Amino acid sequence: MHRLLLTSAMAAGAVLLAGCGTGSTTTVAASASTGLSGTLEVFAAASLKESFTRLGNEFHAAHPGVSVVFSFGPSNGLALQITQGAPADVFAAASPDTMQTVVQAGDASAPRTFATNVLEVATPPDDPAGVTSTTDLAKPGVKVAVCQARVPCGAATAQLFAKNGLTVHPVTYEVDVKAVLTKIQLGEVDAGLVYQTDVHAAGSKVHGIPIPAGDNVSTTYPIAALTTSPDKAAAEAFVAYVLSPAGTAALTDSGFTAP
Amino acid sequence: MRPRGERRPPWLLVVPGAIGALFLALPLAGLLSAAPWGHLGELLARPASLAALRLSLVTATAATAFSFVVGVPLAWLLARAPFRGRGLVRALVTLPLVLPPVVGGVALLLAFGRRGLVGQYLFEWTGLSLPFTTAGVIVAETFVAMPFLVVTVEGALRSMDRRLEDAAATLGASRLLVLRRVTLPAIAPSLVAGAVLTWARALGEFGATITFAGNFPGRTQTMPLAVYVALETDLDGAIALSLVLLVVSVTVLVLLRDRWLGGGATA
Repeated sequence: MHRLLLTSAMAAGAVLLAGCGTGSTTTVAASASTGLSGTLEVFAAASLKESFTRLGNEFHAAHPGVSVVFSFGPSNGLALQITQGAPADVFAAASPDTMQTVVQAGDASAPRTFATNVLEVATPPDDPAGVTSTTDLAKPGVKVAVCQARVPCGAATAQLFAKNGLTVHPVTYEVDVKAVLTKIQLGEVDAGLVYQTDVHAAGSKVHGIPIPAGDNVSTTYPIAALTTSPDKAAAEAFVAYVLSPAGTAALTDSGFTAP
Repeated sequence: MRPRGERRPPWLLVVPGAIGALFLALPLAGLLSAAPWGHLGELLARPASLAALRLSLVTATAATAFSFVVGVPLAWLLARAPFRGRGLVRALVTLPLVLPPVVGGVALLLAFGRRGLVGQYLFEWTGLSLPFTTAGVIVAETFVAMPFLVVTVEGALRSMDRRLEDAAATLGASRLLVLRRVTLPAIAPSLVAGAVLTWARALGEFGATITFAGNFPGRTQTMPLAVYVALETDLDGAIALSLVLLVVSVTVLVLLRDRWLGGGATA
């Protein structure tokens, strides 16, 4: 009920608050009501920020009665918030493992894979250490930032190093992939491992060095409507939209691969 | 007329006041009730926990020492030297107290990072760069915690009885002697209190540290960072580390109240 009131209060005009950095919130407010209505809270991995913000706008255009509010952050942090009772309707994680913790807690069931992503080496635009491949990351003197091992991008990074027999000594284990990207953009590190989609989103602010498919690792993104959602219909509709051809198009435009 | 304090307090204040106290106390109760008392020792004795604890103690102490060396003279200037722009400097000193620490961390990167305002020259001339080093942790902690020392000491200097210093000077003591034998002893309780507050704040520093110094076990991963990183997958470990920080905070408060601030001043 409260959510509906909030929606009507916000109905005066569509507001777009584009945040930046990790854990920021983007709001797309409703202006009319047809069919579904209410406010949908979507918890999504940091790497989904750009694509889901776009999907949220498109979903809102298709269902003007529904406001979509995003909370972007490290997948495992979001999973913890959900299992501790955060009022979320949909969860989109950057790895099946994080989704599994939510499913095991009984907060979600039957997650579906909607995208896959691969890692990419990123450097500041001027590439100060002359990094051209993953092998260069292991060179002494090259400052590398990676995600901490407990978040999906960190797990994928560890897997990449193991797969290629690389011994890399990072200078920092950042809390999520956007934090790694920030350190690269500021030029504080020579290189970092991020997702292909992050390089895509950063545009000219970083220089991306794609990793050959055979050497690379990929991560899959599962999505599920949460069992605790007070608005199951709208939550399921959003999940369906992400899995639809239109959703896939938005995701592939951001550099994701369809599952 | 009865002293005011003995009157029964009105319910209108007691009820919200009690709610306020409960609100502050319940999270602590939550932490204590969820604590893994059975294997607390084992959790804290892990090498990762010990490394974080050691790093926190070292960096908080270094940040306090550095704050003391530059912060006490700064406090003296603010209290005693009427220079132009003193109000502005005082505002700058208090800024880190209200600035979100993460913003402080970004500002530190833009100033002392290897492409920062000052940091680029440091890097160019010496090859040194502060981010991702233990020195960087100390810089971040000092930035956030030093204002506590400056504000405390400045307050003490302004409120102390200047006649003592004047008397000593009249009797022929040099300025340095006056400072050493009269001024500093007179404000000693505030120096200690300020230092303890600074140390405690530095020990709990999170936002500026993780932003400026990154997160690397044993090098830049202090206790609060270890708590945050452990939180998501190792709740017991995170609670165990949190308890250590809680015990330190309580100890600091007890010390400040009973030892140096003339015990029970508020009773």
